Amino acid sequence: MSIIQVEHLRKSYKETMAVDDISFQVEEGEIFGMVGPNGAGKTTIIECIESLRFPDSGKISVLGLNPHKKNYLLKEKIGIQLQEANLFSRIKVWEALDLYASLYRKSLDTRYLEELMGLREKHNSFVGKLSGGQKQRLFITLALINDPEVVFLDELTTGLDPQARRTMWKLVRDIQNQGKTVFLVTHFMEEAEQLCDRVAIIDHGHMIALDKPENLIASVNIESRILFTVKDFSVKKKLEKIPDVTRVKQQNEWVTVYGRSEELVGEVVNLLIQEKIYFRRLKTEQPNLEDVFLHLTGREIRD
Amino acid sequence: MRGFIKYLVIEFKLFLREPEAFFFTLVFPILILVVFGSIYGNEPNLFFAGRGTVDISVPAFMAIIIGMSGMMNIPMAVATEREKGILKRLRATPIQPGTILLSWVLVYFLVTSAGAILLVIAGKTIYHLRFEGSVLNTSLAFSLSTLSFLSLGFVIASVAPTARTASITGSILFFPMMFLSGATFPSEIMPEAVRRISNLFPLTYVVKILQGFWFGAVWAEQIRSTVILLGMLIAGIVISAFTFRWE
Repeated sequence: MSIIQVEHLRKSYKETMAVDDISFQVEEGEIFGMVGPNGAGKTTIIECIESLRFPDSGKISVLGLNPHKKNYLLKEKIGIQLQEANLFSRIKVWEALDLYASLYRKSLDTRYLEELMGLREKHNSFVGKLSGGQKQRLFITLALINDPEVVFLDELTTGLDPQARRTMWKLVRDIQNQGKTVFLVTHFMEEAEQLCDRVAIIDHGHMIALDKPENLIASVNIESRILFTVKDFSVKKKLEKIPDVTRVKQQNEWVTVYGRSEELVGEVVNLLIQEKIYFRRLKTEQPNLEDVFLHLTGREIRD
Repeated sequence: MRGFIKYLVIEFKLFLREPEAFFFTLVFPILILVVFGSIYGNEPNLFFAGRGTVDISVPAFMAIIIGMSGMMNIPMAVATEREKGILKRLRATPIQPGTILLSWVLVYFLVTSAGAILLVIAGKTIYHLRFEGSVLNTSLAFSLSTLSFLSLGFVIASVAPTARTASITGSILFFPMMFLSGATFPSEIMPEAVRRISNLFPLTYVVKILQGFWFGAVWAEQIRSTVILLGMLIAGIVISAFTFRWE
């Protein structure tokens, strides 16, 4: 059975339609992602589901509950990490955990959570003194404190450095491995691709695609790219003879080979070695969700 | 209930860790009492109907503490918690909004009372402060005044769009009242024109009612102040109930 059901959700602010007729379901135990540029309406959708906002129309059910009639009951069972929210900066980590644990009827042991989330040595630190990554870890800990069935994470890694981001991704997978359902909102396509079992792409309040990341990428039939540098400029003609290669571009010493086959890299490298063409700085670029977004909307997602 | 107590304790700790609010509510009133006391002493003075400067200053300075809690501390604390998204994060838990509001009122009521009690202790030990009224009536008047100004604080926090504007609005209201209501300088020494203006300030009625009960007044003599402060309390609750925002 679906953990979350959303049917024909609509929400507007004054003149602008923030969310326009969105329907989807989230299944038990999956990491469900919602991606799209800033201002696409993602946060409005997640906050309607979390019972923090009232939709204009549409039906929402979370764990069988209507978020707007049973919001206190629902809040006992879900964990929330908000995009634009904060804690008092002059309280200590243990005080924050202690306070939030006390607000739920059922809560996990805060010492155990501190250990689990690597916050043990920050026990006595003020929240205001934590680094960005530590703060996000504390926010996730707070979202897990009531042992929720569904965890909502809104822009979890925005502002974090790549290493802290990867740590967060591992934590999210750990949450899923505990049998919880994760609903993740991000404007960061790589994050959705790496983490999510299914991804909904949102643009201007509409849902323009919903599927597994690999299916989304396959559906738009985009070429993979192989890039490298050469000194021998005759290489272009030779590469174009490979059957799986769709086209070759050359700009100064940089060559880009396009193709759709899984074996493309091997074929290109084999040819270069056979022909004794000296190449350097080879890298491959697989089609990703950014390409999917570009293909569907004609725009880059970058803000 | 457990959540309520924890939240109350956190808000209390936050107050103690906020050096400005702590200083101005708990320390500053004693400092100005000592300044006034060292200049004028506390000898009986015909100008104050046989009471000393410290005797009339202690209930007046209580009005300063009340005004500071209501117009400076509450708007700043509430608007900052809203602006930083702290309230929004709390609303994502099952905590009831009433629990949050009640905790704020309780913390600032207790802190304001603590400021007043410290002032009385300082007055007694240093200047042999005289008290001629009923403790019960004075406490009731103090409670009414405090709640009334806390409700004004919630109105300021609700109406102001940001923490900065809340703080500025509070200062614009507080400082003229502090100097002209008789809370800092006795109204007896002010010219008639200033006294007429000061009658427009609600803090003036806090000074009047506290000094009145301090020197043995009965409720029948304090009807005007009581009605004004009670009216402000009710108006404050109604206005902030309709305008309060969590984010």
